[in-house]
Amino acid sequence: MKLGSYILKRSLLMLLVMFGVLAIVFAIVHVIPADPVGALLGGNAPPDVVERMKEQLGLNKPLFDQFVDYVWGVIHGNLGNSIQSGRQVIQDIAEYFPVTLQLAIASIIISIFLGIFLGIFSAIYRNRWIDHFSRIFSILGVSMPVFWTGLILLLVFYYILGWLPGTGQLSLFVIPPEKITGMILVDSLLDGNWEAFWDGLRHLILPATVLGYAATASIARITRASMLDVLNQDYIRTAKAKGMPKRIVIYRHALKNALIPVITIIGLTFGGLLEGAVLTETVFGLPGLGRYIVNALLVLDYPAIMGGTLFIALVYSLVNLSVDLIYAVIDPRMRV
Amino acid sequence: MKDAILTVKNLKVVFHTYRGTVHALDRINFTVLKNERFGIIGETGCGKSVTSLAIMRLIEQPGEIVEGEIVFDGKDLVKTQESILNTIRGREISMIFQEPLSSLNPVMKVGFQIGESIAKIKNTSIKSCRQEVFEALKAVDLDPTRVSNLYPHELSGGMAQRIMIAMALSSNPKLLIADEPTSALDVTIQAQIMNLLDDLVSKMNNTVILITHDLGVAAQFCDKIMIMYAGTVVEQAKTEELFDNPLHPYTKGLLKAIPKVGNRDKLTGIPGSVPDLVNPPSGCRFHPRCPYAMKICSVEKPPLTEMNPGHLVACHLYGDKNG
Ligand SMILES: Nc1ncnc2c1ncn2[C@@H]1O[C@H](COP(=O)(O)OP(=O)(O)O)[C@@H](O)[C@H]1O
Ligand code: SF4
Ligand SMILES: [Mg+2]
Repeated sequence: MKLGSYILKRSLLMLLVMFGVLAIVFAIVHVIPADPVGALLGGNAPPDVVERMKEQLGLNKPLFDQFVDYVWGVIHGNLGNSIQSGRQVIQDIAEYFPVTLQLAIASIIISIFLGIFLGIFSAIYRNRWIDHFSRIFSILGVSMPVFWTGLILLLVFYYILGWLPGTGQLSLFVIPPEKITGMILVDSLLDGNWEAFWDGLRHLILPATVLGYAATASIARITRASMLDVLNQDYIRTAKAKGMPKRIVIYRHALKNALIPVITIIGLTFGGLLEGAVLTETVFGLPGLGRYIVNALLVLDYPAIMGGTLFIALVYSLVNLSVDLIYAVIDPRMRV
Repeated sequence: MKDAILTVKNLKVVFHTYRGTVHALDRINFTVLKNERFGIIGETGCGKSVTSLAIMRLIEQPGEIVEGEIVFDGKDLVKTQESILNTIRGREISMIFQEPLSSLNPVMKVGFQIGESIAKIKNTSIKSCRQEVFEALKAVDLDPTRVSNLYPHELSGGMAQRIMIAMALSSNPKLLIADEPTSALDVTIQAQIMNLLDDLVSKMNNTVILITHDLGVAAQFCDKIMIMYAGTVVEQAKTEELFDNPLHPYTKGLLKAIPKVGNRDKLTGIPGSVPDLVNPPSGCRFHPRCPYAMKICSVEKPPLTEMNPGHLVACHLYGDKNG
């Protein structure tokens, strides 16, 4: 089937991209004029200790051999050991990533719904108050830095109003659910632990809003522009000439067409989301992958840096692959 | 005399643009009789599409109907509310557009789009209209099983226009408006589509307004022809009468400039160019290009006057008759 070969084509392309990312990440990490052994052992370590450490880490081999070793490892699902924690990087990722994933999913859900609805209403009620509101909201959204919005919201909803909890994933006295997926909300649902679910949800609202704000803004703007464009198309006039009521013209005939460019934007904003996750996790004290990579950077834990970056690139590619698939499902012209 | 199905009185439509107000229709008048095939002819930009969209009440921002009546079947559509208009559109008045490919929704299968029209009229679900969709496709000589599952980008222009026709006629409307239905198609396809349209409306006895800038097509298809120029009606007569005895200087120019068979150029051959409707010429809008222009022509708008029975013309050359 046409769709099947399309998926295959896209997947192969993705493999190629991932290899490129791997090479670039490897090059950057190894070209940085920094000394991970020095960072680990301190500047005054005896030379023989330094040598032994280098050998242990494989740093004494030629760069190309190190690269081949690394690629070989990655193919077998081995990202090396973290210098800092001594554990397999993949284990670390498995521990930290669910937190980031839950945060990202929550914020993408918020931004898709809010963004698309704001966009539709701004287009339908162009130049009316909802449109002006959405415009200002969006400008703020794309221009305010994540940590700033984060701190403001913390100040208002946690410190002043006290409506929502401050940082972390769960309150101190709430019993965490049994760890299954690592995502607190999912696990507490599976566990039937409603107290943890409710508490986790309350903890998630602020960071997810902060992280999703910029994405909401861009989705709203694209939806509006796309909707206005679609509403001017000939086929919309046809639908009206058929006597279709306004509601059907908008939601059946216009929306599906208007969403096509929006879907691309959703895929792209996901990249920004992962980036924003680093700051959001720091502001809200969440033990996610973003914070893991930042910590790794600080101590030059290069297997962790490479592994974490590679993993994020993989997630990003997978998201964009699924976006392309959704594309193909919505837009019949794409299935060629 | 036969009954009128559509009477347009003093219809004035403007568009508010950043360049200023476009005076697209300047108080036009005409009447279409039941079962008539009424042709509207004029150069690009003279207001043909605006006229048809006004009848459908589909003039939208930045456009506006500022004056006049559109009486269809005894109802003034200008004063009719949206919910009632939606029971007239597609059911009593259907429309076919110039660009068939872009007039179909790119993300919906053809069968669904026809079914949607039928379902609305029959007040049932789209799924249950499969049989009718197939019949509608057969009526326009398309293979129902294959075509109903296609998306618009898989169609040729001719197929797409057949589908638009199937959709428009599925309700057997009292009035069918075809706005340049063949202008965007290949010459060979044009004739096929016109023949198909001819067959179908002969069978079903629909009243038709055919908009075209092709005098040849109009001559073959229409009983009566109305000539428009720069947002005004300049002449109207039975087809034969118009071709044998054109009165208005603009009509005469058009007939002299009639393009050779197969030549799809727009109407040409009259010196000068179409006026800008933001600042239309005063009086008779044709006066800057008219070889017979007189003093009064730039001052006073000539009224549409009946010269011979059924033959109307708006020109000061024929002003004597009513003083
Ligand atoms: N949406 C619009 N905005 C501004 N001007 C318009 C619009 N639609 C039509 N017009 C103007 O109205 C006039 C008549 O247009 P139209 O009826 O489309 O011509 P045609 O006879 O070629 O169908 C033109 O001068 C055109 O510029
Ligand atoms: S009214 Fe005057 S300008 Fe207009 S067509 Fe007649 S003669 Fe020409
Ligand atoms: Mg037109």
